[in-house]
Amino acid sequence: MARTRRRARFTGYWLMLPSALWLALFFLVPFYSLIAMSLYDPEGSSLTGYDMTWHFANYVDVVQAYWRPLLRSFWYAALATLGCLLLGYVLAYAIAFKAGRWKNLMLVLVIAPFFTSFLIRTLSWKLILADDGWIVNTLQAVGILGPDGRLLATSFAVVMGLTYNFLPFMVLPLFASLDKIDHRLIEAAGDLYASPARGFFKVTLPLSMPGVVAGTLLTFIPAAGDYINSELLGSPNQRMIGNVIQNLFTNQGDYAAAGALSMTLMIIITIGVVLYIRRAGTEDLV
Amino acid sequence: MSLVADHDSTTQDPTSAGRDLELRAVTKSYGAFTAVRSLDLVVPQGSFFALLGPSGCGKTTTLRMVAGLDTPTAGTISLGDREITYDKPYKRPVNTVFQNYALFPHLDISENVAFGLKRRGVKETKKAVAEMLALVELESQGSKKPYQLSGGQQQRVALARALINNPEVLLLDEPLGALDLKLRRGMQIELKRIQTEVGLTFVHVTHDQEEAMTMADTVAVMNAGVIEQMGAPSELYDNPATTFVANFLGQSNLLAGDILGPDGDVVKVSVQGTTVSIPIERCHSEGGKGWVGVRPEKVMIAEVGGEIDAPGNRFEGGVVTDVSFVGVSTQYLVRMPWGQELMVFEQNTGRRPILAVGTPVDLSWRPEYAFLLDASQDAKAGVEDGDD
Ligand SMILES: Nc1ncnc2c1ncn2[C@@H]1O[C@H](COP(=O)(O)OP(=O)(O)OP(=O)(O)O)[C@@H](O)[C@H]1O
Ligand SMILES: [Mg+2]
Repeated sequence: MARTRRRARFTGYWLMLPSALWLALFFLVPFYSLIAMSLYDPEGSSLTGYDMTWHFANYVDVVQAYWRPLLRSFWYAALATLGCLLLGYVLAYAIAFKAGRWKNLMLVLVIAPFFTSFLIRTLSWKLILADDGWIVNTLQAVGILGPDGRLLATSFAVVMGLTYNFLPFMVLPLFASLDKIDHRLIEAAGDLYASPARGFFKVTLPLSMPGVVAGTLLTFIPAAGDYINSELLGSPNQRMIGNVIQNLFTNQGDYAAAGALSMTLMIIITIGVVLYIRRAGTEDLV
Repeated sequence: MSLVADHDSTTQDPTSAGRDLELRAVTKSYGAFTAVRSLDLVVPQGSFFALLGPSGCGKTTTLRMVAGLDTPTAGTISLGDREITYDKPYKRPVNTVFQNYALFPHLDISENVAFGLKRRGVKETKKAVAEMLALVELESQGSKKPYQLSGGQQQRVALARALINNPEVLLLDEPLGALDLKLRRGMQIELKRIQTEVGLTFVHVTHDQEEAMTMADTVAVMNAGVIEQMGAPSELYDNPATTFVANFLGQSNLLAGDILGPDGDVVKVSVQGTTVSIPIERCHSEGGKGWVGVRPEKVMIAEVGGEIDAPGNRFEGGVVTDVSFVGVSTQYLVRMPWGQELMVFEQNTGRRPILAVGTPVDLSWRPEYAFLLDASQDAKAGVEDGDD
C-alpha cells in the first residue's frame, strides 16, 4: 500500500525525465559554453585560441558599442507585438465567437504559413515589397509614396515582416483564451446593464488576459532576437541585435563579444518578462 | 426595509401605474423545432408568478426572451405601455438570476454584486453591496472569488447580484435548485418577503411544485412549449383542466368514464357501471368519453361494507395491494375489479387501524372534489418517472 503510493508520487518525475535529459543536453551545456564564451579574454582569436578569464568588461564593451541595435531590436519587437496584438485579437475574437462551423478551418489557415519555410516566406515579401513591385508602383501612383519612395529596406518593412511572421504565435494563445470564455457570462453582463462595448472591456478582455500575456511573450521574445527579417527586408540602418550577434560570431569570429551580447539580450528579456508577468498577475491590470 | 429600494431611479417610473409584464402570442423556433408556442401571459405588476414544468418544456427560453437574450420568432413582449420585444437586454429594467449562476470568475463576490450598479453609473456601491450580502447571509465572503464558494453560496451571490438592481421584473431561473432543503425553505421565505416588501414582479421558474405552490400568486404549468393552465395554486390543484396538470401538479387518479350528460349543476358520468356526478365548473370535456379525476387524498377508504363519510355512490370490490406508511399519512394502492390501481392517501388520525395488504375495501369520494377531463388526452401525461 505504502509502496504503491510512493511509486505514484514518483511517476511525475519519471515522466519528466526524457525532457529533462533533453534540456540538459541541448540547453544547459550550450548555455554553459555561452556564459564561458561571454567571459573570454577579447584578445583571443581563432588562431591563438581563447582563454576564459572572467572578463566581465566584455559586457560593458558590447553595450557601449551596440546599444543602438539593441534598443532598435526592442523597439521593433514592441511595434511588431503591438501590431500582432491588434490584428491577432480581432482575428482570434472572430474565430472564437463568430466563426461557427468554420472555426477549425480558420485555425488551420492561421497555422497554414508554417507549412512553408520561414525563410521562403520572408524572401517572398522581399519580392512583394521590391522597388519595382506592384505595391510600390501603386503607392507611388496614388501619391502615398514619393517618386523615390520605397518599402523595402525601411523600418516599416522589417516591423511588417516581424508582425507577419509572428502573428500565429499571438493568435493561437489568444484564441485558446477567448474560446474558453463562457458566452453566458457575456450575456449576464448584458443583463446587468453593460452595453456590448462595456461588456467587452469588463468581462471578455479581462478573461482573455492569460492569452494576451502568453501571446505577447511568444511574439516579443523571438521578435527581439530575430535577424532574418532585418537581414532580408531591411538595410544596415535597420540592423537588429540578432544581425550584430550573427555577424560577430560567423564573420568576425569575435566569440567574446558575440557571447556577451547574447547574454545581455537574454538577461534584459528575462528581467523584462519577470516584471511583465508579475504586473500582469495582479488584478489591477484590468 | 430599504435594502433594495434605494437606487431605483434609473429604471422605475413611479408615476406609471400598471406596469404589467405581458407576452402576446410569443413563439420561439429553432429551425423546425418550436421551443415556445404562441404563449399568452400577463404577469400583473408586483405579483409573484411561477412557471412550472418538466425539463426542456421552454421555461428558460421564455425567460430569455423576456430578458432580451433571445428574440422571439413571433409575438410581442411589453412592460406596461412599453413594448420591449426587440430592446437590447442592457436597456431593459429586467434582471435575471441565471440557472447556471454565470458569476464573473475574475471579479470577487462584492464586485460581482456591484456590477449592475456600476454599469448604471452608481459611484457609491459599498453600502448597498454590504446590505445585499447580509441579506443572502454572505457578509464574510465579499472578497472571495466565485470558485471559492460552494454551489449554494454561488447561487445566493447570483440572487444578490440581480436583486441589488431593483429591477421592475426579476427573472429567476431555478434560483434555489442547488440549495439544501433547510436553506431552500429559508430563501423561499426571504424571497417572498423581498418580493412583497419591494413590490417587484417576480417570474420564478422551478421544477419544484411545492415551491411554486407555496410562493406564487399565480402558477403557470408549462408543457412542450405551451402553457397548459394558469391560475392560483389552489385553483390549479383542485380544478386541473388537463391530464398533464392533474398528474404534474400533485398526483391524480384518472378513471375512464362515459359522460351521461348534465343534470342541474352537475354532470353525470358512468364509471364502470357506477354513476358519479361532477360539478359543472370542473368539467373540461364536452361529451362522449372522459376521464374522471380525483386526488388520492380525496378518496375515502373503508373495509367492505364499512361506513364512508361521502354522500355519493361507492365503488366496491377493491383489494389493497400496497401500503406505504409515511408518518402523518398512509398511502394505499387499491386494485379495482376492472384491474386499475387507485391511489388513496389517508391521514393517520388513529380512528381505525391501518389496513393490511389483501384487505377487501370499498372506495368513495365527495362529488364536489372530482373533476372531468377530456378523454382524448393521455392519462399518463405529466406522470413523474418511475411513478406508476
Ligand atoms: N439555442 C437552441 N437551439 C436549439 N434548441 C434549443 C436552443 N435552446 C433551447 N433549445 C431547446 O428548446 C427546448 C426548451 O429549452 P429550455 O432551456 O427553455 O428548457 P427548460 O424548460 O428551461 O428546461 P430545464 O428545466 O431543463 O432548464 C429544449 O428542448 C431545448 O433543447
Ligand atoms: Mg431551464
